[in-house]
Amino acid sequence: MEEVDVEPSTTVIVDSAGFHRKHLGFEWGPGDLLVYETNYKLQGNESCSPFVHIVRRDEDICSPILRKLFNESHLIFVGLQKIKEDIPSKNKKSQFVSISKNYRSVIRACMEELQQNAGKRSHDTHHVSILLAIELIWNLCEVLFIDTAPAGSLLLHLLDWVRLHKSDVDARAREVLQSDSPAQHQSYWDVVISLVLQGRTDEARQVLSKQASLREESSSVFKSMDGLLQTMPIFNPTGTQTLTEFEVKWRHWHEECDRCLQENTFASNRHLETICKILVGDEDTLLEQKELLSTWYHFLVTRLLFTHPTIKPPDLHYYAQSSMNMFLGPRASPEPLDIILLSAFEFDLHQVIKDCSIALNNWWFVAHLTDLLDHCKLLQSHNLHFGSNLREFLVLEYASGLFTHHSLWQLAVDYFDHCPEFGRVYLELQIERVPLDTERKAIKVLRICEDRQMSEQVRSICKIMAKRALRNNRLGSALSWSIRAKDAAFATLISERFLQDYSNKGSFTDLDLLDNLGPAMLLSDRLTFLGKYREFHRLYGEKRFSEAARLLLSLMTAKIAPRSLWMTLLTDALPLLEQKEVIFSVDQTYELMSCLEDCFSSVFQDEDIESTKTELLRLALARNLTMAIVKEGTIET
Amino acid sequence: MFVAKSIAADHKDLIHDVSYDFHGRRMATCSSDQSVKVWDKGDDGEWHCTASWKTHSGSVWRVTWAHPEFGQVLASCSFDRTAAVWEEIVGESNDKQRGQSHWIKRTTLVDSRTSVTDVKFAPKHMGLMLTTCSADGVVRIYEAPDVMNLSQWSLQHEISCKLSCSCISWNPSSSRAHPPMIAVGSDDSNVTYSGKVQIYEYNENTRKYAKAETLMTVTDPVHDIAFAPNLGRSFHVLAIATKDVRIFKLIPMRRESANSSGPTKFEVQVMAQFDSHNSQVWRVSWNITSTLLASSGDDGCVRLWKANYMDNWKCTGILRGDGSPVNGSGHAAALSAVGVPAAAQMVVGAASAGRKKAQLMPG
Repeated sequence: MEEVDVEPSTTVIVDSAGFHRKHLGFEWGPGDLLVYETNYKLQGNESCSPFVHIVRRDEDICSPILRKLFNESHLIFVGLQKIKEDIPSKNKKSQFVSISKNYRSVIRACMEELQQNAGKRSHDTHHVSILLAIELIWNLCEVLFIDTAPAGSLLLHLLDWVRLHKSDVDARAREVLQSDSPAQHQSYWDVVISLVLQGRTDEARQVLSKQASLREESSSVFKSMDGLLQTMPIFNPTGTQTLTEFEVKWRHWHEECDRCLQENTFASNRHLETICKILVGDEDTLLEQKELLSTWYHFLVTRLLFTHPTIKPPDLHYYAQSSMNMFLGPRASPEPLDIILLSAFEFDLHQVIKDCSIALNNWWFVAHLTDLLDHCKLLQSHNLHFGSNLREFLVLEYASGLFTHHSLWQLAVDYFDHCPEFGRVYLELQIERVPLDTERKAIKVLRICEDRQMSEQVRSICKIMAKRALRNNRLGSALSWSIRAKDAAFATLISERFLQDYSNKGSFTDLDLLDNLGPAMLLSDRLTFLGKYREFHRLYGEKRFSEAARLLLSLMTAKIAPRSLWMTLLTDALPLLEQKEVIFSVDQTYELMSCLEDCFSSVFQDEDIESTKTELLRLALARNLTMAIVKEGTIET
Repeated sequence: MFVAKSIAADHKDLIHDVSYDFHGRRMATCSSDQSVKVWDKGDDGEWHCTASWKTHSGSVWRVTWAHPEFGQVLASCSFDRTAAVWEEIVGESNDKQRGQSHWIKRTTLVDSRTSVTDVKFAPKHMGLMLTTCSADGVVRIYEAPDVMNLSQWSLQHEISCKLSCSCISWNPSSSRAHPPMIAVGSDDSNVTYSGKVQIYEYNENTRKYAKAETLMTVTDPVHDIAFAPNLGRSFHVLAIATKDVRIFKLIPMRRESANSSGPTKFEVQVMAQFDSHNSQVWRVSWNITSTLLASSGDDGCVRLWKANYMDNWKCTGILRGDGSPVNGSGHAAALSAVGVPAAAQMVVGAASAGRKKAQLMPG
């Protein structure tokens, strides 16, 4: 089969009135392309009002009803991936068939919903026809490739397939039967013949019986036809009859029909004569029913029903090709849909997938179908070494398309997870770009990255959020993001800002956060100090003075506190020194004193203020020292 | 099929460059009217201009965003021989209500003696580094050692390319397997100097950039150059806009000796070459996953190129900027094969190797 070489489509972005420049500049966006008029050779000096155009694929992602399709098929996809390898193949086949049916029912549900809304948007009717075609193709693929029915059952499945997709027969039959005199209805014979064409002999008999009861004189003719229809053998796959036995029986019946024709049994009624000719599988008669058949594949199945009901799968393609040619005639050329179906009848999976990819505007169908076929191990059997690569390629394309959508991107993650070769790297690249509109969304994205140990992405997202929070002066948020990012440098920076704020306002913000830092405090020295310093204030507030004192001292002696803040800390010690009872011990007081001297010598501050403070401190420390010495020297009696 | 939505960009002269930010929610445009405009995408999906200011005293050629890890930072370069770094500051509340934001200049880089033709930030794992190239043939790499202080930039490297430079591209790969790599394109029209694309690589030992490769087969002026995002491949992919669109594959070769002195040697192959524009190609750019390459040419078209999983490249769409009647658009009936919107020829088997359409060279 020669390849369909399709020229790329051309879209005009700018209308003729506006386009004066020679060149189109562009820039890739998330899911779209930004295009603008420019001229790379000129520097400028033109008065104009140039436009910028946002161009994107006209994709189905935007339709809310199709989104349901994406959501539900995602569930089926994930379920399919979980099917274990070690189940025996018989059970697997039935599982695959049921999954295929699930997919199809999702397509049908979507189609029905679209049909209900039809008329509101022309876009929807377009989608309906595409979905109809998709379901038709998928159903055929299921019959031929997944269910792999053998001769005998094959025709039955094909009949079901045709019946499902030619549903107007039921409506018309109902209309005729419910009318006052069915036999007089203008569609009466059309209905009978349609039913016969679909092999629905019982129903055809039922409709025929309406006729028979009216005209006594021709009743024997109708009885004969009734007899023929009643005795038509239908293969029963679950029964005890073998295919050969069925074939013999069928041949007898076929000869019986032929005999009726030869003996002109139905000469008195041209409709019955037509039906009899159909029953013997007369091609010309079948072709005359073009309008009732409406498609070449209906013609194919009907033809097989009445000439080769025991058709074997490998022989299908010959009949398919000839049926199509006969039905379409010399002048009509096949549509892409026809070619796809023909490729399916020829069991050319690869061609089916390729032609579907070309014809459709969205990767949904080919990605899911190919994935299912790959699970059935059908792509490998074609001896193509890129079998599973093809599946991964299509799934990656589909999922990448989902990623640009503001809520569907979460579905895409699961698809990437099941692409062993490139899934992870694609996910890493694309998840970074998800806009972090809200904290909630950022946390959602983070969780996905954390679950997959994408540590660089985690760090990057946290850093972006921290930076954003800092810009908007939300220090608490910035700090918790830096902690999550494990970004010591940034945590130090934010801690400095906290401390700055404290010295400006005299109180801390975000107390909840600071009080509950826990081990995260150890991320950076400055952060540790901040946490401990806040703890000091808390202890003081709870009047746990000796603990507070110890903490305060350790902050200086353990060098956790930056030198620049020692003065502040010592000043914080003042109220403790001025308590009635002695809090700082002798040793602690000596340490404080040395800290003060250290501080005084190395930090040249504003002379006046500092010297006053220093004097105050020296005095307080000295007084404390005396009291401490006395206290410690007193023997308790 | 493509659908387009237009925004009046409101510049008073030609737009030379447009740049999306990392998340695609903001964009910057720059123009010959010497200004830069910043646009924000609202919750309603509409773009609003939130800042517009004069940036240079000459045409602004390019504008680019830094990675959001560094905050909201833009860089611009101009015909006025300078490049500048801008930072957005959080404004007063009434500004927010009016939907306006303020950008202030953090630094001006004045080292170039000629028009600065391109400005790009290096990949974020290298820190906050800015690169410029000028018509005087020098590529300059600046670094801001303190990312919280954007007014301090130091010139770390000056690479003399000897040919007038028009474009630069950093290899975005952050893999430890290869050192930082930058490609420089030259639009020098003198054909005696062949090799209009040079690739420089950072050497850990010498702490300098050394030339690793010159693409000698590129002899015509180069207008744009772009490394593809690396998908964990061992080789690099570089797209070039010259008299046609060319995609090169650079395969690092194993070092002969354990002593890794000197830059990496590469085996250079041509993955694809397209002359469909039939004229000069001015811009090339990759999408995020490097599955699509877009090019823009003298014929006033933007073309999209895609490789299938067999690495066969095809054109998958054309955007025209003129008034000739649209062909192949409109709503197709079910499955009528109009154009090649998303898929097309992608699922092509071995049988496609003999195609005549695109000039493919095996690679």
